[in-house]
Amino acid sequence: MTLPSYVARRTLLGVIQVPLVMCGVFFLAEALPGDAAVTIAGDNPDPAIIAVLRERLGLNEPAWHRLGDWLAAALHGDFGQSLVGPRSVVDIIASAAGPTLLLAGLTLVLLIPLSVGLGVLAANREGSRLDRLITSTTLGLYSAPEFAMGLLIVTVFAVQLRWLPPTAVGTSLLSNPAVLVIPVFVLLLRPICSLSRLIRAGMIDAQRSEYVRHVRRIGLSPTRVRFAHALPNAVTPAIQQLARTIDWLVGGVIVIEAIFVVPGLGTTLVQAVAARDLPVIQGLAVVFATTTVLVNLAADVAARVLSPTAEAGR
Amino acid sequence: MPYESVLNRRGFLGLAAAGATAAVLPGCAGETASSTGGQPRSGGRLRAAFAGGGAAEVLDPHKTSLYVEIARAKALFDKLADYGSDMTPQPRLAERWEPSADLRTWRITLRQATFHDGRPVRARDVLASFARIVEPGSTFRAKSSLAVIDLANSRAIDDRTVEFRLKRPYAEFPNALATIGTAIIPEGTTNFDRPIGSGPFKFSSFAPGRSFVATRNPDYWDGTPYLDELEIVVTNDEAARVNALLGRQVEYAHDLTPTSARTHEQSGQLQVHRLPLSNFQGLAMKVDRPPFNRPELRQALFHLVDRDELVRSVFQGSGQLCNDLYGKGYRYYAGSLPQRNQDLDRARALVKQAGAEGMTIDFDTSEASTGLKEAALAISDQARKIGLNLNVKLGTKDTYWADIAKNGVLASYRSGGMPLESHISQRLLTTSTTNNTKWQRPGFDALYYQAQSTTDEARRAELYLQIQQQLFDEGGFLWWGVSDWIVASASNVNGISAQAPANTLDWARYDKVWLA
Repeated sequence: MTLPSYVARRTLLGVIQVPLVMCGVFFLAEALPGDAAVTIAGDNPDPAIIAVLRERLGLNEPAWHRLGDWLAAALHGDFGQSLVGPRSVVDIIASAAGPTLLLAGLTLVLLIPLSVGLGVLAANREGSRLDRLITSTTLGLYSAPEFAMGLLIVTVFAVQLRWLPPTAVGTSLLSNPAVLVIPVFVLLLRPICSLSRLIRAGMIDAQRSEYVRHVRRIGLSPTRVRFAHALPNAVTPAIQQLARTIDWLVGGVIVIEAIFVVPGLGTTLVQAVAARDLPVIQGLAVVFATTTVLVNLAADVAARVLSPTAEAGR
Repeated sequence: MPYESVLNRRGFLGLAAAGATAAVLPGCAGETASSTGGQPRSGGRLRAAFAGGGAAEVLDPHKTSLYVEIARAKALFDKLADYGSDMTPQPRLAERWEPSADLRTWRITLRQATFHDGRPVRARDVLASFARIVEPGSTFRAKSSLAVIDLANSRAIDDRTVEFRLKRPYAEFPNALATIGTAIIPEGTTNFDRPIGSGPFKFSSFAPGRSFVATRNPDYWDGTPYLDELEIVVTNDEAARVNALLGRQVEYAHDLTPTSARTHEQSGQLQVHRLPLSNFQGLAMKVDRPPFNRPELRQALFHLVDRDELVRSVFQGSGQLCNDLYGKGYRYYAGSLPQRNQDLDRARALVKQAGAEGMTIDFDTSEASTGLKEAALAISDQARKIGLNLNVKLGTKDTYWADIAKNGVLASYRSGGMPLESHISQRLLTTSTTNNTKWQRPGFDALYYQAQSTTDEARRAELYLQIQQQLFDEGGFLWWGVSDWIVASASNVNGISAQAPANTLDWARYDKVWLA
C-alpha cells in the first residue's frame, strides 16, 4: 500500500473513532451516580433547589436526546457551555491546554535527544560498566511512581535546599520559568528510562542485523553506519513508545498537575468529572481522542518512512 | 406614621438593649487575635492558598459554597451581620437592629458605608440583594434562610433604614442576616465579572480555579485593612498547599490535616492555628423507619460510641468530644447535661430491648469530608462488642449528601458551625428542607416556635434546654465530636484569630491581618 493511501485510510478510521469515543464517554459519565444539579447544590442540599436546577440545566431530558443535541452542535463547532459555571467549554479547555502543552512540549524537547543519546551510548558499550550503570539506573527510576518522585524531589530541592520553587501556585508558567524545572524533570524520568532502553535494545539488534553488516562491509565509516543506518532502524520500536508518551503528556499528567499546582487539562478533567459537568467532559474527550488518533497516525507514518525494512517485512 | 402603629415602643426598647449588648462583642472578638508581633503595620501582600472548585468558580457572593468562595466574598462584600465566635450574630453593615414587640417587624439601621465605586450602601440595595436571593426559581443557598421575610411588605424607610416584615415571629432574625451567601450588592447588579462590594478589599483580578487578587479599600467602614493586597490562590492538594507555604510561595494555607500540622509545627517553620468548634462530626439515624424508629436502638448507639477513641484516632487530637448534641460552645448550648460515655452493658441491654440483637444494619459513609470514613469504620468496630453488625458502605463522595438525604437508615454526618437556631430550623423541623434524620414532631416544632416568639431571653434559654433534652434523650443525631479547623501561616503573619470557628466573622478575616 502506498503511503498516501495508508494515511487516507487511517484518517478515515480516526474520523469514525472520535465520535465513537464521544458516545462511549457520554454513557460512562451518565452511568456515574448523581448529576450536575446535585453537585451544584452541595452539602446538605435542599431537594427543591436540586429539582429547579435539574429543570434549568435540561437534565430531565432523556440521555440519548442530550447526546444527540450535543453531537449535532459539536459538528457545527459549538461545544456548548459548562453546566456548573458561566464559561463556555472551549474557553475552559483553551485556558487549561496552555499549561499542559507547555509542560508536554518542554518534556518532549528534552526527552528525545536525551533518551536517544543514552540508548546509543549504552548500546555502543554493551556490557561495559557504563552500560550496566545506565541500565540499572533507568530500571530503578522506571519503577518509582511519579507522585513519589515528585514529592521527594520537592521536599529536598525546593523545601529544604530552597533551590527551586516547590509549586507553580499563583504564577504563570512562562513569567516564572523556574517553576517548570522540577515538574519537567519528574515528567522526564520515566519516559527517558523506557525510551532509552528500547533504543539500546534496538541499536544492539540493528548492529547485528544483516542490513547493517552489509553497509559495514562496503566500507562506510563506523559513525555513519551507526547514525545513518543502524539508528533509524533502532528507533522504530521507540517511536511507538514515544507516541504513547506524547498521549500521556497531552492528557495532562493528573498527579503532576496536582503536586505542582498546574491548572492543566488533567486537573480540568478531574474537576469536570467530580462536578458531573458533561459538556466539559465531552469536550475534553474530543481533545484526548483526537490527539491519540493523530499522534498514533504520525508515529506509524514516521516508522514506515524511517525504517524501510519494517515496511518490506509487512 | 404606620410605623408607630405597628410597633410597641416598649418592645423596641426592651430588645434594643439586647442588640446593644451584641454590638459590643465584635470589638472583643477582634482583640482576641492569637499571633501578636508588636504594633500592627501596614503594607505588603498576603498570598493565601485554599482548595477550590476549578473552572466552575464564580465571584457571585450569593452563589458561594466553597470555603475559597466564602473567603473571597468576605474580602469584597459585607453582610448585614456575621457570626461571632460563639455563633451570636454581630452587627456588620447593620449598625443595629430593633424588633417590634411581636418580633415580626425588624427595623435595621445601616452603617454609613460606601461601595467600591463610591455609591453609598442604601436600604434599597439591601432589599434588592434579598429580593434577588429569594425570587421564585432562584437556587441560591440562602434562599431558605431568608424565606421568612415578607419582602412585599418590607420597605426602605430612608436611605439608611430598612424595615423587614416577617412571615412569623422570629426572635433570632439576625441569624438569618448572618447566613452565608447573604452579601449586600449594589441594586441592579447582574454581572460579577468585576464585582463591586462594600468590603475591605477591592476587586483587582480573577482567574477561576487559579487566583484572585484584591487591593485594600482605604475607605472601609471597619478600618483600613493593613495589607496592600490580598491574593487567594487555589491548590486542591493539601501537600501542595503546605509545600507552597514552606517554599514561601504563600503566607497562609487553609485546611491542613492534623498530621502535617503536627509535623511542621514541631519544626518551627510555620505557625499553626487550630480554630476550635469548627467541624462537627456525627451520625444521622433516620427515626421514621426501621430499625431506628425504635428509640431504644438510638439510645443503644448513644451508649455504644467511644467518643474519646474517636477524637484520638479520627481527629488525631485536633478536636474535642461532644455530648451528642450539636453546637458545643455556642450560645444556648445545653452544657449542663451530663457528659455521656461509653457504657457497653447499657448499650447491650438497649439493643436487646429494641429487639435488634445480632442485627445487620447498613451504615452509609463516604470520603466527602475528612474523617467520615475513618469514624464509620471505628464505630462499626465498637458496635461488634454489643452484637450489632454495622455494615459500612462507602458511597460516591460527589453525591453523598443528596444520596443520604433520601435513602438509608444510618449515615456519617458532618456540619460546619451555625447557631443552634439554624441547626434546628434547617434540620429538625417538620418543614425543614434538609431534615436528614426525619425528625418530624409537632410538639418539638412548637417548642422552637415558642422560643422564637418570646422576647424573654431567659425563657428562650429554658425552651432551648427543653429542645436539647429531647434530642439528647432520643434524637436522631449523635454528634460525637467537633474538630478544629487547621490553618497555617508563615512566621511573619500576625492578626489571625485562633478562636474563630471556620465561617465565622474572624475566620479568613484578612482585613485584620498584617505582615511583620
